[in-house]
Amino acid sequence: MTAETALAPKHSPRDYKSDIKPVWCPGCGDYSVLGSITKAFSELNLDPENVAVISGIGCSSRIPAYTDCYGFHGVHGRSLPLAAGLKVARPDMTVLVASGDGDGFSIGGNHFMHACRRNVDLTYVVMDNRVYGMTKGQASPTTEPDWDNALTPGGSGISPFRPLVIALAAGANFIARGFSGDQNGTAKLLKEAIEHPGFSFVQILSPCVTFRPDQKTWKDDVHDAAVDPTDEIGRAARRLMTDDGFNTGVLYKGEREAFQPPIGEATATVADLEGKFAL
Amino acid sequence: MNQPTDNTTSISLVLAGSGGSGVITAGNMLLAAAAKAGWYGLMTRSAGPQIRGGEAAALLRLSSEPVSAQPDRYDLIIALDWLNFERFADEIPLDKDTVIIGDASAAKKTPAFVTEGPARRGDIDFKSMSKAIPGGRPNMIALGTIGALIGLPEDALDAALSDALAKRGEDAIAASRAGAEAGRAIAAEMPATPKLPTPEGEKAGRWLISGNEAAGLGAIRGGVRFVAAYPITPATEILEWMSPALTKVGGVLVQAEDELASINMAIGGSYGGVPALTATSGPGLALMTEAIGLAVASEVPVVIVDVMRGGPSTGIPTKSEQSDLNMALYALPGDAPHIVVAPNSIRDCVFTTQWSVHLAEAMQTPAIVLSDQALGQAKSVIAAPADIAFFAQRETATTPAEGEEYQRYAVTASGVSPMAVPGTPGCAYTADGLEHNPRGTPSGGAKDHHIQLDKRQRKTDDFDYGQHWADQAGEGDTVVLTWGSCTGPVLEALDNLAGTEQSARMVSMRLLMPAPKEQLANALEGAKRVIVVEQTHSGQFMGYLRANIDLPKNVEHHCTPGPLPIRPGDIETLIKEGTPS
Repeated sequence: MTAETALAPKHSPRDYKSDIKPVWCPGCGDYSVLGSITKAFSELNLDPENVAVISGIGCSSRIPAYTDCYGFHGVHGRSLPLAAGLKVARPDMTVLVASGDGDGFSIGGNHFMHACRRNVDLTYVVMDNRVYGMTKGQASPTTEPDWDNALTPGGSGISPFRPLVIALAAGANFIARGFSGDQNGTAKLLKEAIEHPGFSFVQILSPCVTFRPDQKTWKDDVHDAAVDPTDEIGRAARRLMTDDGFNTGVLYKGEREAFQPPIGEATATVADLEGKFAL
Repeated sequence: MNQPTDNTTSISLVLAGSGGSGVITAGNMLLAAAAKAGWYGLMTRSAGPQIRGGEAAALLRLSSEPVSAQPDRYDLIIALDWLNFERFADEIPLDKDTVIIGDASAAKKTPAFVTEGPARRGDIDFKSMSKAIPGGRPNMIALGTIGALIGLPEDALDAALSDALAKRGEDAIAASRAGAEAGRAIAAEMPATPKLPTPEGEKAGRWLISGNEAAGLGAIRGGVRFVAAYPITPATEILEWMSPALTKVGGVLVQAEDELASINMAIGGSYGGVPALTATSGPGLALMTEAIGLAVASEVPVVIVDVMRGGPSTGIPTKSEQSDLNMALYALPGDAPHIVVAPNSIRDCVFTTQWSVHLAEAMQTPAIVLSDQALGQAKSVIAAPADIAFFAQRETATTPAEGEEYQRYAVTASGVSPMAVPGTPGCAYTADGLEHNPRGTPSGGAKDHHIQLDKRQRKTDDFDYGQHWADQAGEGDTVVLTWGSCTGPVLEALDNLAGTEQSARMVSMRLLMPAPKEQLANALEGAKRVIVVEQTHSGQFMGYLRANIDLPKNVEHHCTPGPLPIRPGDIETLIKEGTPS
């Protein structure tokens, strides 16, 4: 560690928080995730104006306004392309994308696959509570098939999908799982995710106290990943296919180069372009 | 109708054949040769639905004067073979003076509308002739024949051919020259077509460009440096042209996974401070509407070019129609003031797209550019577009003084609030599709909603669009009111009637939203007849006009859907004889 990084951070986590009161229910896991995010920013010594927090729609997607960074609260499911556009146009910005299991895996599922594949240097944080909270309790792509609710009485009957496996298959460069109940541990994961080049995907188990009170047990279910992170895709695939959905930590770290076409380096003028059309 | 006369001002011809026969290549060479010779020209393409190997036709109109419309009739049709040629029957009006040249060895396959039609016939044995030339191809023979028949100077054709085949090497050029020479030699045995006056040679200040290329160039002229793209017919050429062009001028194009992504990427890039664009066609615009609404609410400038094609749904992807008008005007959720503009010629694709960048950036709102297939995929020799100084000029915010707070959506007289570029200290804000207060904090309160609705409306309502809201031409108390690609045929009809008792005026609207009500009312003042011309089935443009101005009770309406082009003769007849009942 150099002398410089050993210094106290320029900004405290509080400096990244806005004065807007969250709409979340008391006890929501997302409060803690917000804390982990601001803690990670602080520990990375990022200037708030050089950070952008981008989101779609849902409880977790409210996060941008609760930070004092640049932010964009877009439409449902489209946070990843919104963020990719910003990052490609402005590679100097640190871009973190906040989403939930409905926003990210259902309506935004196609973008999730292609963001993994494209590998723009983004950190994608999905607060997974296995329920649509903002619309008051419907099944999401990660909900258990027998979870009873008003829209699909008796349960959706559809197997939940495995976002981490999909991320790996689609080419994500960094895959981790955290738990909102472990604010410091999650902050550490996020810090590593932000620092890792390319597309980093962090699933954060974040219980919904209102519509999924059964998730109270998650604090007992989660456990540290028993093995060190791997950069070997076959091992990662086996691990992610067979895990119980509750092991936390960095599970895969790839070495693919981030997608960043050059921007701002002109080799010709507009007149040169026009010359091609002139007779 | 334009019958051929001794003082022919334009020649129209079709070169048709099965895919792979090289008719489009030959058409491009012919247009380039005409340009080199000093003529103007317009080339449109027609093709079957097959990806490769279907029927294809290059439709050309060449003239000593700028060509603004597809012709009323064709002087010459050369078919290298007759594969599915009957599919073009509707698109290729012929008459007793039309010369039709087909492949002698396939005379039996000539479709009925040709054999039973009134045209004059000639036959060329393309197959045997091309076999006699090493590396010879029927399309080059046809090219030589056409050149000789219409009076195209040999050296211009020769130069165009060498340019086009430069990469293929000397042998290819020699073979093509020999083919063209053979075609020229046999032309004397064919029925004569009119000839254009001998051109005066290549003219400086002219461009050879397609509407899609022109739109791409206009965007770059205006300052666009970020494009997100998803391919769709007939808009793809904008994106394919822009991709390397942007790289050269320090910009970037990203291919997205779908149109939902492309519009959101463009909004993200623009939020980052880089003027941004995406281009699509009707089905893509439909997917983009939610995010365009986001750009309205969050006040992020972005340009969306819609190259319209026949609809609804997948419709007719390769052919033109103006039927996305309602969607561009009305599809966004909520009261969403945005800009809709339309280029009215291939040349104007440069200006209108450039202007749209300026408008979007100045007002921090999305601008939809309604081009169409007839403009986008047609290639034309044009007078070089004027260099007009409309650039992206976004009002940006600077770090506020100590003790002051930056308000992203501050209420201002113009409605435009300084927009902070991410990275600016002290101005961090969250752009939001949720209604918000001036600071940007989400708010569902009545007061905030009304204030922000007013503010956003004011931006586009109070903006000074100057003279560019419409193009006006002609004289008379009959006014033809039109927009987009209908403008070309209207202008030609007006030209033909100029100085007669039927002389008329045209108002071609470039600015569609916000509706320039006052300007339009002034432009129609004193009109005894108003004729509305559009290419839709349901009369979308007429509906739009009725919603925004008082039209005379006896307003006439020429409203035909695609895919057939509106022709100058249709408009001329309409002006002379009134709307057919």
